[in-house]
Amino acid sequence: MAHLTFHNVGISGLAAAVPKNIVDNYNYIEHFDAEAVKDLVDKVGIKQRRFAPEGMCASDLCFAAATQLIEDMKINKSEIDLLIFISQTPDYRMPATSIVLQEKLGLGKQVAAFDISLGCSAFVYGLSVVYALMQTGGFRKALLLDGETRSRIYSPKDRKTAFLFGDGGVAAIIENNEKYGVSHFSLNSDGSLSDLIKVDAGGYRNPTTIETLTEKIVDEFGNIRSDEHGYMNGPDVFNFAIREVPKDVKKVLEMANLELSAIDYAVFHQANDYMNGYLAKKLKLQPEQVPSCIEKFGNTSSVSIPLTIATQLQNKFDKPKKMILSGFGVGMSWATAFLTLDNCKISDLVEI
Amino acid sequence: MENKFLAAIKEALEIEDRDIALTDVFRDFDEWDSLSRLSLIAMLDDDYDVAIEDEVFKSLITLGDLFNEVQNRINK
Repeated sequence: MAHLTFHNVGISGLAAAVPKNIVDNYNYIEHFDAEAVKDLVDKVGIKQRRFAPEGMCASDLCFAAATQLIEDMKINKSEIDLLIFISQTPDYRMPATSIVLQEKLGLGKQVAAFDISLGCSAFVYGLSVVYALMQTGGFRKALLLDGETRSRIYSPKDRKTAFLFGDGGVAAIIENNEKYGVSHFSLNSDGSLSDLIKVDAGGYRNPTTIETLTEKIVDEFGNIRSDEHGYMNGPDVFNFAIREVPKDVKKVLEMANLELSAIDYAVFHQANDYMNGYLAKKLKLQPEQVPSCIEKFGNTSSVSIPLTIATQLQNKFDKPKKMILSGFGVGMSWATAFLTLDNCKISDLVEI
Repeated sequence: MENKFLAAIKEALEIEDRDIALTDVFRDFDEWDSLSRLSLIAMLDDDYDVAIEDEVFKSLITLGDLFNEVQNRINK
């Protein structure tokens, strides 16, 4: 049982950055019939997304968010001892992007820096790692960066994924302080479902060849992608999420000895509006408990939970708020946290 | 059982203007599209606590096939 409990660690500030470049999903009709696109967009509830222009990486979005946050919070950079970068779209295969960012951000050499490679569950996983390390007392401040350029992974000619994904990056400062009280985490994995969301080729198991880069028709519906594009079995992802996520939320609430009605905000990974609506209904959450930003930014993988907090809950933390955060996706991997946000500084959204 | 199932299908697929039968091939319905699948998954979870893997679902042709699959899983 990966059940973790921490004391007196919390997020003191959060900033998000997105590309300026807005994609209007209703007009994303180069490869598909406009009426079919409208039906799809209405059902998944993703009206706009942000696409990073050529040359802009996930780390650039995180850098912009971190720079804004450090300025807004007047953080003394020399006090940052831990830097973790979460992404599945890093700058290079090596070195780790976190180390590149250590230099770019002007942080000291005493920083412990490493990357975490997970998808939609990764912000909650990453927080649990930061909380655990902070609890040791060996770090003054931690900077958690989480960025994705998921728009580049999927084929624009595969309607199963073409309308869902967008880009973004966030930065969070995590500190020790008694006001944060207790936090609980549940972490989970199921590799038997690793085929549900996957990029088959381009790694070391199936290295890049002319063949893996060649686009082909992959199903009876005429969807087109290459083996280096991502694919997703949407129905089985939905089956998975509605089965596992409510259970995991209940598990964490049990750890916290709380009812769901005592939670101020439950922030779920923004997968699609229909799925999130069903999850909220199944857990009997009230609409005001479930903030969402999927309409404007789409599915930004691991970024979606902190992006939702940064864009929908700014100025809500002058009084302590009890939060449930739940991320689920590629792996399959899923994680849920209960934590308190108290006076968490939220920077204005950065657009670059 | 069958009537309840058919009523739930009608609601999930937003079929309002006619009756449907277990012999119907559901992918031939005018209302059917890839997103109908999401509505069906939600209905099967909500009403029957059943999840049918996509591989199995693809082999189901009529509403009767789906009904039988759901019954088999409930009785397991």
